[in-house]
Amino acid sequence: MSDEKKEYQLHIVTPERVFYEGPVEMVEFNTTEGQIGVLPGHIPMTVIVAPGILKITEEEGTKEAALHAGFAEILPDRITILAEIIEWPDEIDENRAEAALQRARERLENRDAQTDWARAETALQRAIARIEVLKK
Amino acid sequence: MASMRDIKRRRSSIQSTQQITKAMKLVSTVKLQRARAGAERSKSYFQCMYDTMNSILARVGAVEHKYLKSGKTGKKAVILVTSNRGLAGGYNNNVAKLITRHETWKPEDLLIYAIGNKGREILHRSGYEIKEELHEVIEAPTYADAMLLTERLLQSFEAGEISEIYLAYTEFKNTVSLIPTLLKLLPVDRTEDEYGAGVLGEQDKKSSLTVEKTEDYSAPMNFEPADEEALDLIIPKYIACLIYGGLVEALASENGARMQAMDNATNNAAELIDDLELLYNRARQGSITQELTEIIAGANAIQ
Repeated sequence: MSDEKKEYQLHIVTPERVFYEGPVEMVEFNTTEGQIGVLPGHIPMTVIVAPGILKITEEEGTKEAALHAGFAEILPDRITILAEIIEWPDEIDENRAEAALQRARERLENRDAQTDWARAETALQRAIARIEVLKK
Repeated sequence: MASMRDIKRRRSSIQSTQQITKAMKLVSTVKLQRARAGAERSKSYFQCMYDTMNSILARVGAVEHKYLKSGKTGKKAVILVTSNRGLAGGYNNNVAKLITRHETWKPEDLLIYAIGNKGREILHRSGYEIKEELHEVIEAPTYADAMLLTERLLQSFEAGEISEIYLAYTEFKNTVSLIPTLLKLLPVDRTEDEYGAGVLGEQDKKSSLTVEKTEDYSAPMNFEPADEEALDLIIPKYIACLIYGGLVEALASENGARMQAMDNATNNAAELIDDLELLYNRARQGSITQELTEIIAGANAIQ
């Protein structure tokens, strides 16, 4: 497709604010089907977000954020991420994330019949994503 | 005629009431601005959500999906968004009327999820079953609240406890027109567009959010995971989004309604004060005339 075009528009919106808006070179994040990296000129696609790190490559460098839930609409010249929960590293409370990680691990280890597996699993993934973003 | 002292007392009491209503009006004006800004900020999210839902529904066509048809058993769930505090004119009653005056709904068919204490009071009195009370939510609506509520609702829906889900809230057009609205959340309503593909029902969010068509791309949209699985994941988000939108608009409406009610109260108080002022002056003049007559009569008697 368009070989010269190296940049495209990224919009990240949450119900409460516009999180990011601007030209980027590449966006990487987790989807329910696995990790993807999106470059300009991608075919139109809608994907569901899985908890993980969102990496934005701009002209001057990269930015990272913890992206937990939502979905993304990818078009050749822009990508829109509808994020339900997304945080910059400086918005994350490390102690809380550690505590949540601990809790989720315990819940998964105590194989209790009442444990809501899916829920504990997502909680674990979220906590891991938060901590990962902080470490970098 | 009432005595001068009575009139004076009445007037000062109305004056202090007027001061209170004036202060309340100012407070709700500020709150209204904040609530409106919040609604503005979430607009682009709704826009994208609406577009995406439409494009998915248009693609999947007449697919059988659990969220697209109503459950056979169970009651109808209604989320009623009202305020916790009164003094907002007809705001709470107007929303409640959507339910109590509904043509076909009977109290025993409904389960009420009450957000806001006033609405709960009204419906509880008329014998509706209140399933949940989430009064603190309306003070400062967050998306997380809407998500949690959606999760619980969908669980009940899948378990067959409820067959349909509605949202009753007040749409905020502008400060003078607040429209009580009943929105069907589940099953997702589809009307056939001219190409025979399903699109979202008429009653959807486009009233307050102008929907502009996204440009047509030569390549069709792909979904990952596939369409139906995507519906499973996106519909809950869509519903949470609508509920959150309802909450944000209701908050703006509440403050708009209160601002108006307090403005009216302040004006009425001013009118009353004017009337009493006139009465007071008349009484004062009357008493002076009377005193003069008495003095003159006394002086005449001495001569």
